[in-house]
Order: sequence, then C-alpha cells, then structure tokens
Amino acid sequence: MKIHQLSMFLENKPGRLSEPCKALADAGINILTLSLADTQQFGILRLIVRDWEQAKQVLEKAGSVVNVTEVVATEVEDRPGGLASILEIIDAAGINIEYMYAFTFRSEDRAVLVFRFDDPDAAVKVLQAKSINVIGPVELYGRAKA
Amino acid sequence: MPEFRVENRIHDKAEAMPRSELNALQLHRLKEVVARVAEVPFYKAAFARDGITPDAIRTLDDIRRLPFTTKEDLRQNYPLGLLAVPREKLARIHGSSGTTGKLTLVAYTAEDRATWANLCARFLVGGGLQPSHLAHVAFGYGLFTGGFGLHYGIERVGAAVLPAASGNTARQIMLLQDLAPDAIICTPSYALNIADYARRQGIDPRAFALKYGHFGGEMWTEDMRTQIESELNIIAFNNYGLSEVIGPGVSGECAVQNGMHVQEDHFIVECLDPVTMEPVDDYTYGELVFTTLTKQAMPLIRYRTRDIAALDPCPCACGRTTVRMSRVKGRSDDMLIIRGVNLFPSQIEEALLQVEGTTPHYLIEVSRPGTLDEITVKVEVSQESFSDKMSDMQRLHDAIDRRIQAITGIHARVELVAPQTIERSAGKALRVIDHRKLTG
Amino acid sequence: MAEYWHDAGCAFHPASAPDYLPLEQLRMLQLHRLQAMVSRAYENVPLFRSRMEERGLKPEHLQSLSDIAKLPFTVKTDLRDTYPFGLFASPMSEVVRVHASSGTTGKPIVVAYTKEDLDVWASVMIRCFAASGLDRGDIIQNAYGYGLFTGGLGAHYGAEALGATVIPISGGNTDRQLMIMKDFGVTAICCTPSYFVHLIDRAPQLGINLKELPLRVGVFGAEPWTEQMRQRVQEESRIEAYDIYGLSEIIGPGVGNECWAHSGLHIFEDHFYPEVVDINTLEPVPDGAEGELVLTTLSKKAMPMIRYRTRDITTLVPEQCKCGRTIRRISRIGRRSDDMFIIRGVNVYPSQIEAGILAVEGTLPHYIIILTGEMGLDEVEVQVEVTPEFFSDKVGAMEQLQKRIGQAIERIINIRVKVRLVEPHTIQRSEGKAKRVIDQRKK
Repeated sequence: MKIHQLSMFLENKPGRLSEPCKALADAGINILTLSLADTQQFGILRLIVRDWEQAKQVLEKAGSVVNVTEVVATEVEDRPGGLASILEIIDAAGINIEYMYAFTFRSEDRAVLVFRFDDPDAAVKVLQAKSINVIGPVELYGRAKA
Repeated sequence: MPEFRVENRIHDKAEAMPRSELNALQLHRLKEVVARVAEVPFYKAAFARDGITPDAIRTLDDIRRLPFTTKEDLRQNYPLGLLAVPREKLARIHGSSGTTGKLTLVAYTAEDRATWANLCARFLVGGGLQPSHLAHVAFGYGLFTGGFGLHYGIERVGAAVLPAASGNTARQIMLLQDLAPDAIICTPSYALNIADYARRQGIDPRAFALKYGHFGGEMWTEDMRTQIESELNIIAFNNYGLSEVIGPGVSGECAVQNGMHVQEDHFIVECLDPVTMEPVDDYTYGELVFTTLTKQAMPLIRYRTRDIAALDPCPCACGRTTVRMSRVKGRSDDMLIIRGVNLFPSQIEEALLQVEGTTPHYLIEVSRPGTLDEITVKVEVSQESFSDKMSDMQRLHDAIDRRIQAITGIHARVELVAPQTIERSAGKALRVIDHRKLTG
Repeated sequence: MAEYWHDAGCAFHPASAPDYLPLEQLRMLQLHRLQAMVSRAYENVPLFRSRMEERGLKPEHLQSLSDIAKLPFTVKTDLRDTYPFGLFASPMSEVVRVHASSGTTGKPIVVAYTKEDLDVWASVMIRCFAASGLDRGDIIQNAYGYGLFTGGLGAHYGAEALGATVIPISGGNTDRQLMIMKDFGVTAICCTPSYFVHLIDRAPQLGINLKELPLRVGVFGAEPWTEQMRQRVQEESRIEAYDIYGLSEIIGPGVGNECWAHSGLHIFEDHFYPEVVDINTLEPVPDGAEGELVLTTLSKKAMPMIRYRTRDITTLVPEQCKCGRTIRRISRIGRRSDDMFIIRGVNVYPSQIEAGILAVEGTLPHYIIILTGEMGLDEVEVQVEVTPEFFSDKVGAMEQLQKRIGQAIERIINIRVKVRLVEPHTIQRSEGKAKRVIDQRKK
C-alpha cells in the first residue's frame, strides 16, 4: 500500500528546479505531484511519478543524487477539519510524521495526503483500522490517468 | 598623513649591539641550544642521522649543517614531543592550527614568557609605546598567541592594557571613544573594519584619540598601511611572528618604518630558496627559516616558516644593528590566513572525513567583502549523505559546520552543493579560490 | 603546625599563609589598611569625599573596624554615573590594566588596576587555587572568556603565579576544549558551572569519558549554583568541584573560595572586608543571619571601593572552619537580589527552581524559566531537559516525572509551576554565564 517517492537535492539557485523537470519531460515522464522543502541555501525536491525506476535513472544520469523513500497516501474530504481528523488518529497511535504534503486531482472534491512516517507499516495498519482510505500505487496512478 | 610623530626609541641595549658582539653572542647561544636540543629525542635522532655532534658548531655558518624542522615534525610529535624541559617546568601552552585536526602546540617556561614579553616590548617601544599610554588590544585572546604576546609586552613597558579582545565592533568603538586609548593593536584588516564600521555609524574614526597602532597576524600591503593611517589618523607599524618560533615579537618595525628588525640576539634568521634550500642573496625573496637561540621549553632548529620575504642587512637609521625583513609577500605552501588564524585546506578535508557520509569534494572560497575575511566551504552532497528529510540535511550541515570550527577554530559558511558541481581536475585539485588581493 | 591540613590530604601552600593569621593580628591589619585606603579614597575620589563630607566624616574618624558602618555605601549605579574614570584614585600613568563589565544596557562599568593591584589579584587567586588543592605541576585549562571580562585574565594570572601550566583556551568551541583536556592530561578546569555541565554532556558524544581523565578539580564561578548541582557534577565527572567568588567592581575572581571542607567560601578578608546587611534597612545583621554581602577593598589602589553593595545574598558563617583558616566564610551564594523575580507576590530565585529540578532522578541540569501572563496573574513554566532514557520511555513515565519535578519545586517555593519536559540538547547552551530566566510578562 506504500508509494515510492523520489527525492533529490537541489541548490537554491535560479534554474535548479527546472533542470530535473526538463530531464523528466524529455524522457516523457509525467510528474504526478511534487513538493519542495527549502532553506536559504538548498532544497529537497520530492516527486511522485508513475515510472519511478525509470525516472530515477533519468535523474541520476542528469547528475542528481536521488533517494527512494516509501510514503503513505490517504485521502480526505477537501474541507475544513479533513486533515485534522487524520492527524488525531496518527497522534493517538504515537506515530511520528517526518513530513507531509497534500494535492488534489482535477475535478475531485477529495484531497490526497502524502505522509512520510517513521514507521509506515504501523501507520497503514492504524489508518486502515480507522477506515481511512489508504491509496495504493495502482489506485493512485489509475486516478491520475482519469 | 597622521599628525602624530613617533620619536626614535630603543627599549633594550641588546637591539643596538655592535655587529661583532651580536655575532659572538649568536654563536655562543647557538652552541648552547644545539647542546640542549641534543637531548630531545627528535633532534637526537636527526643529529645521529646526519652525524652531528654538539661540537659541530664552530662558526655561525655551521648552522647550515643542522637539519630543518617543519610543521609536520611538530604534528608528528603532538602533543609535546619536542619539549626540552620536564613537563612540570611549563608555564603556558599555546596552539596554532596544524595541517590537520590536531593543533600544533607550543610551550613556554616562565623564562620564555619573560623573554617573549621583552621582545614584544622592544618593537612596541620602537613604535611609540610609552609607560603613560593606554593600549587597546583587539586581538583574540586564547590558544592563539596573538593577543597574549602583545598584552604581556605592553605590561612589560609599564603601559596600561585594555584587553578588549576581538569581536563586537560597536563596543570596540565605544571604548575607543570613551576610554581614549593611545594605541590600537590588532590585525590590519580589523583596524580597517573598525574604521569602516565607525563611519557607517556616523562616527569619525579620525577623531579617536589613537596615535599609533601595531598590526600583525596576517599578510598586508603598503596600500593597506596608507589606508589605515589615513582612515584612523594614526601611524601604523608592522610586526611579525609565529607561534612555533615564539609568537609575535620575532620582528617588528622601528620608527623608520622600513622593514622589520629581526630580534637576532634571540633568533637566527636564514632566507633560503624553498626548492633548493640554498641561501638566497640579500634583498632577494626566499623562505624564512628561524632557529630559536634562547627558548627553553621548546627550542626549534631551522624551523621552516613557509613565509616568503627578503632580508636587508644594511644598518638602519634608528641605530639598531639587526637585520630587517620585508613584509611577507606569500607562502611556499597552501596555508591561508583567515582573520589572523592559520588555515590549511587539509584541515577542512579532515573535518569532512569526520562527518559521516560526506564526499571529499570541497571548495574553499575566501573573500573580503568589506574589511573582514569570509570563508565559504562548499561541500558536495552524495548518495550516502542525502536524505529526503530536511532535518537530516540540516543536521549534516550543522555537523560539518561544527567539525570545521572544532578543527580550525574558524567559523566558515558551509554550503551544501549538488553532486558533480565542483570541478575535478586531473592534476592537483583546485581546493581554494582566494578572492582577496593581499600582495602588491 | 596543626595537623588538619595533612589530615585532609592537602599540602599547605605558602601563599595561603594570610588565610591563617591569628585573628587579633588580622583585625589590626584590616584596620590599618582600612584607614590608609579611606584616606586615599577621600583624597583622590570626589564622589567618596563628598559622600563622607555629607555625613561629617573624615578619614581620621575611623578608629576601629566597627566604624566602617559609618561609611556610606557604594552601588553599581555610582560606577555608571562616574563612567569612565570618575572613581579612579590613581593617575592613568600608574594604571596598567583596564577591564570593563558588560552592562546589559548602555555603558559598561570600567575598573582599573595598578601594578600593585594586579599583584594582589594574582596573590588572592593563588590562594583560591591552593584552597582548591592545586599547585605547581597542575595543568589548568582556563575556559573563562578572556578579554574585558575579569574572569579569564584573573584566573590566568593566578594560575600563572601559582606556577601551574596554563592553557588559555578561553570560552567556546566545546569540542576543542574536550580534545585538549584529553590530549594534555589537564588536571583542573576553570569555567562557569553551567558550561562544565555542557562539557559533561558533550564528552560522551566525542567518545570521551571524563571519569577516566586525569581531570580532578573544577573551580567554578561567575554565576550562582547549588549544592545539588555540585553533587551532580561530581558524580558525573569524578572531579572535586570548588566554588569561587568574585566581582569586577571589587577585583574580579578571587574575593573568596571554598576550601576542602566545602562549607562556605573563605573571603580573603585581609584585602576585602565583608559585611552582611539587611536588604531593606541596610543595617548589619548578626553573624549567621541572611542579608546582602557588602565588601570594602582594603588594599586596592587604582579603584578602591567603600562598602560596595554586591546584591549577593548570603550569611557570614559564625564558626571557625575545620580547615583551620581564620579568615571568615560566607555561605554559598545561591542567589542575587537582582535575579530574584516576583511571582504572584512571592520572591523566587532561579537557584530554588534548580534545587527542585535536581532533586528528581532523570533530569539534566539544563533548564529555563519562562514567565508569562500579566502582572498579578503570573505563570511560570519551567522547561527541563530529561535524560534520553526517560525520553524513549512511555508517555506514562514522562507524566510521572513531570509531576515529581513540579512537586519538588512547589515544596521549595510554595508556588505551583508548569513543568515541560524537553528533549536533551534542546535548551540553548551558554558558553559563559547561563541565562536562566525569560520574562515575557506584560509590564
């Protein structure tokens, strides 16, 4: 039920973000979602793509350091309190969130939350026990296509 | 031009000894020091290797038969393998950066400390210091020898010390205004920084009560002297020293301001071609090599300073009979001096090796955006060190930062850069880009 | 010679001789020096002269030591008001050192020394080190900051005069401090107690076990600390921790020091005459009663100080010390009248909170006190670092610990405080004096 996420190091300089995006575009790889965490000096780009293995090769060939991490995607209604209800469940179980980000698909009223947990397997169990929809890779890429 | 004049003064008769007496004294002391170091295991082995016995010294020229001592030798004998006295006799320990994480340590007996104070007193008096003066010391105190040598020298003269230490420029300026010191003692770049800072605060640095300053600890130029003299309305004197030899006080300018008098009754200076190690002619640039004649705790024979300068044996108008050395115009190794502190690229490399997951690909950039040196260390991120978590990356950054500071004592700006962005070269890697203009 | 010095395993240091003066001689010496000092101050310092004239006092009116109570007090603002040179009793030509304290705002306080003053300073520092069991042959790492602050250079000259090997490492760069300490076989360290706790904390991360080093003595001062802190520090580093006392206005470090008995700090009263006065009435209190320490310099030339109010709260210990010294002791200074804060009308000192925290197992001596709320409705939050073992444990254990600390503090100050446990290494470390209190209250 876990999703493979690529992350890469970027210097915080003009043009640095466009380089990997262009490399992926040239290889015909579509970025499903991305998030950027940055400091004054550098940033970490996190990407979810369908063909993550191919994308990793493309990026590495372009000279980037790429890590693969497993993240958990869930969905909530795109309304106030949607996120809070999930966080409560996670908090109560004592699971640590390293970071998270969210995105929505076009023409849907549900938001997809992407979590990086210290213990993703435990998190999946807890969320599913509380009937939260944990989205696996097949479903995620499938929806992206629709 | 500054309005103040410095009268020609000589602190100590020994500075103006007739040359023949001086040479006799040097020879006598050279024999003594060779006999003393013959008991130090390091020199004992070196002398045995070269077949030198203490009676090998008959004339001053025989010094050329003696082996050299290098910074690497000090490092290999860390912490205090070159001591010539029992450890209990040590009164003080100082350190300077070595080429690696271990400091180069130097030690002083109570007698060395007194000698050192006297050497500093000599050039301070030559450059205007009088017992009624207040001297503002803006060198850092601590393990490095800069602040202490001058501090004890001022005390020796009987003048008052204001131990302001380095940093907090606003406060330095307040003290300069309120306590009206006569002299300032710091690195030349810090003097310019104080002037610059004052002007930006709407304070006229020419209006301080300062009359003169003694500057050292880093390379500087005649242009910088002119600038310091006009911006602070003082006379600026140059002095030279290095902790391995004793600290500041090895040489210093007199009122004539034409070269720094080497204190030859305590040190023998040679100027050698750094490749052949043969003497170069007078007035020709070469590497300075010093032999300490009187040091008790840690005498050094033919210590290679790596500093490039020239010697002038002509008698000076001030009356001192000692040889004068020029400004240091460069180094015969890759040592950098950052805000008065020595830095070797190899130290940065060692710091990086101690932080897990870093690559040995780095670049040191040195600049002087205003009046103070800044150093940036760029380090490539690798597969091992990269994490998708911001906190991990910040930790990596901080770990590198801390390690560099622990090893070098210098705060560097650490920049993580993308892999493969630092240029590789087939031959000697380009590790340092120095944007400062320090010679000329 | 009495046997007790040997009983304690402490050699008698010749420089400590004045510590053992017969009382009668000591009092005569004090009176003699007091008269000379007051005459000098009267002649050379307009402020002292005018204050004495206001009271109709002349130097010759000082006929006995008890007459000292007739003299006017001097306070910190007097130094500010006469900045920079107004209290100098010697001409600049005789001054050989100028120090300045960092005023928290505005102008610093400037203090001056003649050559004789520096000699006295070094001599009292030798007596501090000797009382701390140090001698020539010791390797002293001086981690007090060097510069305008008197701590660094004061300890430096003292250690030098003692004949020890001095490593003038100054403050900061913790990793280097530990590296040097290990590589040189340092036997004694001088720093603030809070910085030493920081060294204890950092050492294991560098693979250094302080208990295995030759380090055997710490001379800690420049901020108030508690007996509980001493116990912790001694347990965790296997050194003997001595409390040293001093202030720039009087001379710098070296006004007093503990001896091996660790039951109060001996004041070197042949140079600094101590009194303890009631903080409200300013009348001397009986020996053993608490009040503010007032010091008079008996031998200082460049800047004599008459009845200087230190703001430090202590008692004069009435009994003679078992170490045999005749000079009097003050009890450990746990607090200063100016770090006191008032919570809902009750006076509280950071040291009381520290004592509460350290009474509980599992805490680290890193804490910060945050005051919030509006006056009258003050809230106190105490953030405490706890050991990693505690942190990794279950939530239940954490709550227990939190409660125990809260109760321990409440037992001491009678006020309920909010305790928050924080991870190790999250509270900002100081390299000099620790900042313990953050007052965010609306005034």
